[in-house]
Amino acid sequence: MIRAAGLVKRFGKTEALKGVSFEVGEGELFAYLGPNGSGKTTTIRILTNLTNPSAGEGFLNGFSVTKNRIAAKMQCGLVTQHINLDNELTVEENLSIHGMLFGMSGPARAKAMDEYLEYVEMADRKKTKVKELSGGLKRRVMIARALMHRPKIVFLDEPTVGLDPTIRRRIWSFIKKAQQDGATILLTTHYIEEAEFLADRVAFLDSGKIVTIETPRALMDSLGGWALDSLDNGAIETSYFPERESAEAAIPAHRGGFTVRRVNLEDAFIALTGKKVAPGPGGAGTGMRGAGGKENRK
Amino acid sequence: MTGFLAVYYRELLILKGKVLKQAASMAVSPFLFLTAFGYAMGRDHLVDGRPYMEFLAPGLVAMASMTQAFGIASEINISRFYWHIFEEFQAAPLANWQYVLGEVLAAVTRALLAVAVMLLLALCFGVTLSYSPLFFAAVILNAALFGSVAVICAMLVKSHADQSLITSFVITPMAFLGGTFFPLDRMPPAVKAVLSFLPLTHAARAIRAAAFEQAPPVFPYAVLGVLLAVFFGVAVVCVNQARN
Ligand SMILES: Nc1ncnc2c1ncn2[C@@H]1O[C@H](COP(=O)(O)OP(=O)(O)OP(=O)(O)O)[C@@H](O)[C@H]1O
Ligand SMILES: [Mg+2]
Repeated sequence: MIRAAGLVKRFGKTEALKGVSFEVGEGELFAYLGPNGSGKTTTIRILTNLTNPSAGEGFLNGFSVTKNRIAAKMQCGLVTQHINLDNELTVEENLSIHGMLFGMSGPARAKAMDEYLEYVEMADRKKTKVKELSGGLKRRVMIARALMHRPKIVFLDEPTVGLDPTIRRRIWSFIKKAQQDGATILLTTHYIEEAEFLADRVAFLDSGKIVTIETPRALMDSLGGWALDSLDNGAIETSYFPERESAEAAIPAHRGGFTVRRVNLEDAFIALTGKKVAPGPGGAGTGMRGAGGKENRK
Repeated sequence: MTGFLAVYYRELLILKGKVLKQAASMAVSPFLFLTAFGYAMGRDHLVDGRPYMEFLAPGLVAMASMTQAFGIASEINISRFYWHIFEEFQAAPLANWQYVLGEVLAAVTRALLAVAVMLLLALCFGVTLSYSPLFFAAVILNAALFGSVAVICAMLVKSHADQSLITSFVITPMAFLGGTFFPLDRMPPAVKAVLSFLPLTHAARAIRAAAFEQAPPVFPYAVLGVLLAVFFGVAVVCVNQARN
């Protein structure tokens, strides 16, 4: 179980976190979604002891991350946003050091290493130096490393950033498997589909504040099931409708580009914050909301 | 409780990957000093009643063990700023003292390797010293002390460039002035007083006494031991502070 209680983090004058609280239940997969600089990494860094909170407290399975550091750290595995493997060392050596850090015996390390390299489909790369691996393979090594000591809680900070869709899906399956093995997981991501596909619940984070915590389904249903994107003076406008027919009926005859599609988490995020999670096509960040409504924002 | 072994093991693996290059580079400056100063001064130039080369060799041992032990600071920096490996240690259930101990053991290992290289060189120059347990005790104390200082510096600096400033302003002057190249008695009293505050001065004295089989001076060992305890403690605090 993960509990964040009023986490505040200041860097000089900027307040990166402005009182963040949430709870992730045992075995739950919780996605933490927010634009660049919203404080996702900072939250994870506090909970994994890489930095101290300016105020507030975090608990991992009941252990305070500031007062009972070692016990708290014993609970968790971490995949950081940037790759932090020893480039000059082999995959095996990297994992071995990690196992030692978590007090695993030699045989336990060897067994876990084989098992988790198998798990991320890299059993044949044990003796390869990390610097010879591609970005996707490095990510997989990081996932194997974060899981090999069988942590009860796993933090994944954008584990699929910069990977192609096939490898991304592969990594999703590793993450799902870890959850099925009983791990409590907190995952941050920019990829909307990732959160939709994996998460039991999603927290929207914006400028250091949590905007909402809900299941992906409930968030999307709150907008109605369908969206109509249409091009208006170079900007994309989006309207929402309860069913496909009403969306199609609203297609303006005089306009060029349009798409009718299912509502996704990005729509929910925009509706709640007025911002996009990830800069994508048509990224001016404008849109309209309400079921078929004409409510312009920004 | 054995987490420090992981830190040490990692440093050994890194060292193993480049041990030949490292050993060769460890040989360069002692070789230059032995050639330039040892030979140049000639056999008949006596210092403290010995040929200068013989006087110089233990001083170079002190110098090599210091600079090589301090050298882990840049290893720590590379792994911290460049590879972000330090985060892996911070996120592991490892007490701060265990991290410091692991790095200090690595510093001592590097220093012993450098001293071995140095002694081989000295042998080539025809200098043999007495390598008693006391000799190695002094080398290890010196290396552990500067290993702790290296951890402190690595935690305090904000970039790799700051690190080389410390080397230029603190380590290099100490390497030359800390009783390595000349007996402190030749200095004016005021300078001598200042230099006697340098840990390397005491290391050089202890190492030289052991190398020449003189009665072991208690004071330098005591100073080194106390300073080691102090710097190790400060290093533990600095590792804790590095969390922000
Ligand atoms: N060490 C630091 N010093 C100063 N400011 C920092 C530091 N680390 C983070 N910040 C600031 O805190 C805010 C939150 O950063 P954080 O890295 O948590 O965002 P994020 O949500 O993970 O972003 P991204 O999606 O880009 O990874 C940002 O405004 C960032 O500039
Ligand atoms: Mg981040």
